[in-house]
Amino acid sequence: GLALPVLADEDAKLVINGDIEISTHAPAPEHLDGALSEVISGWVFRSEETQALQMDDFDNPGMVFVDKAQEVWNAVDGTEGKSCASCHNDPAESMKGVRAVYPKWNEAAGEVRTIAAQVNDCRENRMGAKPWKYEGGEMAQMEALIALQSRGMPVDVAVDGPAQSTWEKGKEIYYTRYGQLELSCANCHENNYGNMIRADHLSQGQINGFPAYRLKNTKLNTVHDRFKGCIRDTRAVPFKPGGPEFVALELYVASRGNGLSVEGPSVRN
Amino acid sequence: MKKLMITTVALSALGIGAALAEGTVAPADVKFEDGAVAMSLTGVPGDPANAPDIIDKKGGNCVACHQISALPNLAFPGNIGPALDGVGSRWSEAELRGIVSNAKMTFEGSMMPSFYKTDGFIRPGDGFTGKEPAGPLEPLLTAQQVEDVVAYLMTLKD
Ligand code: HEC
Ligand code: HEC
Ligand code: HEC
Repeated sequence: GLALPVLADEDAKLVINGDIEISTHAPAPEHLDGALSEVISGWVFRSEETQALQMDDFDNPGMVFVDKAQEVWNAVDGTEGKSCASCHNDPAESMKGVRAVYPKWNEAAGEVRTIAAQVNDCRENRMGAKPWKYEGGEMAQMEALIALQSRGMPVDVAVDGPAQSTWEKGKEIYYTRYGQLELSCANCHENNYGNMIRADHLSQGQINGFPAYRLKNTKLNTVHDRFKGCIRDTRAVPFKPGGPEFVALELYVASRGNGLSVEGPSVRN
Repeated sequence: MKKLMITTVALSALGIGAALAEGTVAPADVKFEDGAVAMSLTGVPGDPANAPDIIDKKGGNCVACHQISALPNLAFPGNIGPALDGVGSRWSEAELRGIVSNAKMTFEGSMMPSFYKTDGFIRPGDGFTGKEPAGPLEPLLTAQQVEDVVAYLMTLKD
């Protein structure tokens, strides 16, 4: 017979450190207009071994990067002689709940901002420091530190008000069939989650777990890095990380996971 | 001879690239009737022996979506599309040629890629590099590869 990869128990519960309960299933948000009957975390679709790594912070390879980011948080950088801590003090307080509501409309800038864009804005304009590479390791680890402060809280990004036109743009990208393979995000993650594409068990492509430590490349991966990879795999030219298309797509995809718990840093294969 | 070479160079400079063998139907010239393609794309009978490599990952990667019981060596087939067992009984040769060339002509909005088509794509790249293509796109399968796969599919009888 044809050996298939062993799939994990679909009813498995994710509790981190025996303490933080994660909602890996949630009713589909209304703005999905019935496109999904429920929303499901990518954790559910991974093997039991991979799932286990996320259940204890001592086993989660992403946690090392949180420690590194905590050092950076306290380190002065740039011409203004400031660190993140100079303005934001303890991230456990100042960054609590932030991951859950981003990307978010920034009134002063008149645009929807991702966490990464906000961090680089602080670095450039408040610290006089060089911006980090949008999807690079330094940014990914800082995003992990920030995500951790919201772990277990429900994703709740706003899709209406001033963010609405960006959300609509992200939705259009989500349903566009890119590349020579002519595949949209929806082809794989809406119509075929739960199915196998070769040896890969397709999830809903949710981003509540980001940044995600991937066993495949043994590093923390940012949302835009993942988007880039998925679009490249359709034999297409991806959009630029941090660019307006991926920011819009991030808002839209985040909104598809409203109700799921923030999990970052998660562990995936 | 010299004149011929110049012509080839001129053609590739124009972006017509890998000149099609004589008698080969170009992707844009394939005639579909109700999704089916009656005429061979090359006039050369397909060789089913070449099909396993074309169906595997490095070729058309059909196994990403389809299982084929007759090819157990191609491990971890996907299940996005139906198993291809018995397709030679369900479809005619012309219908299978149409499905493999451009499945969207048979199944509206199909997720199955169009294997013998070179235009009409959004942001097409140079293979899986994520970069802009250097020249005109090649179809995912050559005309003869389509014929080889179709010949093989015809052997998958119930
Ligand atoms: C000199 C002060 C200052 C420094 C230094 C600074 N920030 Fe900020 N940061 C701010 C202010 C002010 C805001 C609110 C900006 C706004 O809403 O437009 C902010 C907003 C943010 C936000 C969004 C928070 C929210 O609730 O929406 C994040 C995330 C953030 N900063 C991260 C960082 C990180 C990481 C560093 C260090 C690499 C840093 N900041 C350094 C002043 C600073
Ligand atoms: C050809 C199929 C395919 C397409 C098209 C595709 N993806 Fe994916 N994607 C995958 C596979 C395979 C994985 C890894 C397994 C999984 O989590 O589904 C993945 C993973 C992801 C993940 C990580 C989920 C997690 O929990 O770690 C995200 C996010 C994602 N995709 C978003 C997208 C978006 C957004 C698009 C469209 C721009 C897209 N994908 C298009 C196949 C695809
Ligand atoms: C990304 C997914 C995907 C890939 C790759 C793919 N197919 Fe398909 N194929 C499908 C789907 C889905 C269907 C079902 C028709 C529909 O509803 O769109 C299908 C249908 C078919 C059928 C009709 C099957 C039947 O029983 O009616 C044949 C024949 C076929 N595919 C052959 C191939 C061949 C040969 C290749 C590779 C050269 C291939 N497919 C690659 C997704 C795929």
